[in-house]
Amino acid sequence: MIKLSLPFTEEKIRALKVGDAVEVSGVVFTGRDAVHKYLHEGGKLPPGVSLRDGIIYHCGPVMMQHDDGSWKCTAAGPTTSIREEPDQGQIIRDFGVRAVIGKGGMGDRTLAACKEHGCVYLHGVGGAAQVLAECVKKVRNVYFLKEFGSPEAIWELEVENFPAVVTIDAHGNSLHREIFAASQAKLAQLI
Amino acid sequence: MTMLHDSLVELIRRTSAEIPDDVLQSILAALEAEKKGTIAEAAMKIIEKNIELAKRKSQPICQDTGSVIFYVDCPVGFDQITFHETAREAVKDATKKGFLRQNSVDSLTGKNDGTNLGPGAPTVHFHQHRTEDVQVRLMLKGGGCENVGAQYSLPIEKLHANRDLDGCRKVILDAVLQAQGKGCGPGVLGVCIGGDRATGYEFSKQQLLRLIPDRNPVPELDKLEQDIFKTANELGIGPMGFGGKTTLLGVKICAANRVPASFFVSVSYMCWAFRRQGVSLSPAGKIEKWLY
Ligand code: SF4
Repeated sequence: MIKLSLPFTEEKIRALKVGDAVEVSGVVFTGRDAVHKYLHEGGKLPPGVSLRDGIIYHCGPVMMQHDDGSWKCTAAGPTTSIREEPDQGQIIRDFGVRAVIGKGGMGDRTLAACKEHGCVYLHGVGGAAQVLAECVKKVRNVYFLKEFGSPEAIWELEVENFPAVVTIDAHGNSLHREIFAASQAKLAQLI
Repeated sequence: MTMLHDSLVELIRRTSAEIPDDVLQSILAALEAEKKGTIAEAAMKIIEKNIELAKRKSQPICQDTGSVIFYVDCPVGFDQITFHETAREAVKDATKKGFLRQNSVDSLTGKNDGTNLGPGAPTVHFHQHRTEDVQVRLMLKGGGCENVGAQYSLPIEKLHANRDLDGCRKVILDAVLQAQGKGCGPGVLGVCIGGDRATGYEFSKQQLLRLIPDRNPVPELDKLEQDIFKTANELGIGPMGFGGKTTLLGVKICAANRVPASFFVSVSYMCWAFRRQGVSLSPAGKIEKWLY
């Protein structure tokens, strides 16, 4: 188990390899379809949001607002990442992202961007909404809530020991590709 | 509010927050089987902990609370209209209470009015029987795993799949291969061989109402189920597609007649967050027994 604290350095990220189990602590920002589309089209991050040496988390959390206006996260599992494949590489490059958290893996363009710019893809456990919500210690802020709606907004979360697995590293390796190839070969034998 | 309404809200709550015992047992067995210290084992541990937490906090196991699908077995003369209306109210109230996420989107406008109600939402299937009891089963079918469902029209040259049981085996295993990493495995397959496109998918989903450890009474299908289960778990895909021993928790297959011109194999995939429950109701709508 490798402990990772934000912000990251390129060196620390490049030291990771496919199959490493990690636990992330620090401030992360969520972003899914609407955010990726907005950034891809040249949109600017609002003041207070910086992805540089940080994480973008593919997640549409379930949030409850207390009477005093503060938020509590009641479910926070990863959502399917491949939908962001068209824009992810550019966002990694332009905003200096060091890690993407999601589920289901990503494609060749993201793989190439990870290699070129020193970024990794961290796979969360899909469906583990309650365990992952417990890792969210504090909801610090929310941006674009009105524009994009709650699941699509940028949520600034303080997480502690958030578990994930490196499935795309910064050296051009993809666990998804490896396992697909191995299982396909195995199936050819068994069929 | 009627007793039926309250019973249905409780059915929804329990389905969303508590995994049925047969699924839990198979998940625990899968956790046991994974090699210690692997990422597959770590993923299964998180899954186990998540199941425990959701039950304790009475909150959704997974944030995608899925398509809401009721299966109702009822006596002749049962008032289906009232049941359907009550089910809609129950879904709306269960959403307000947070047992269901605001999860239903108008396909034309993209709007989500937050009620979980609309055309086909929830879906209710009625089936009459000659006994007096009413049984209501509920499935919450997540989107990620629904997306990896597949329908094959045999023959398929690329997969060397002909119109026979061996061809069925090949396409079902192809579905497992293609689903890897995407549908939050380990999962359970419901399969229908035959039927038209609509009934094929419908029957494949209904197979997921069977208990995981049960055995198929049709010898050919039983053999195929065991074979797919064993073969799929030799592929090394593992939980979340991280690699590992457990790719599937179960396989359930049925057959339906087809027309000579068609040969469909329909595969529904259910993620580890397998949410289904059921109740027997008294004539007044009170829960008398839990079915899973
Ligand atoms: S596939 Fe299942 S476990 Fe995964 S996110 Fe969807 S509903 Fe949840």
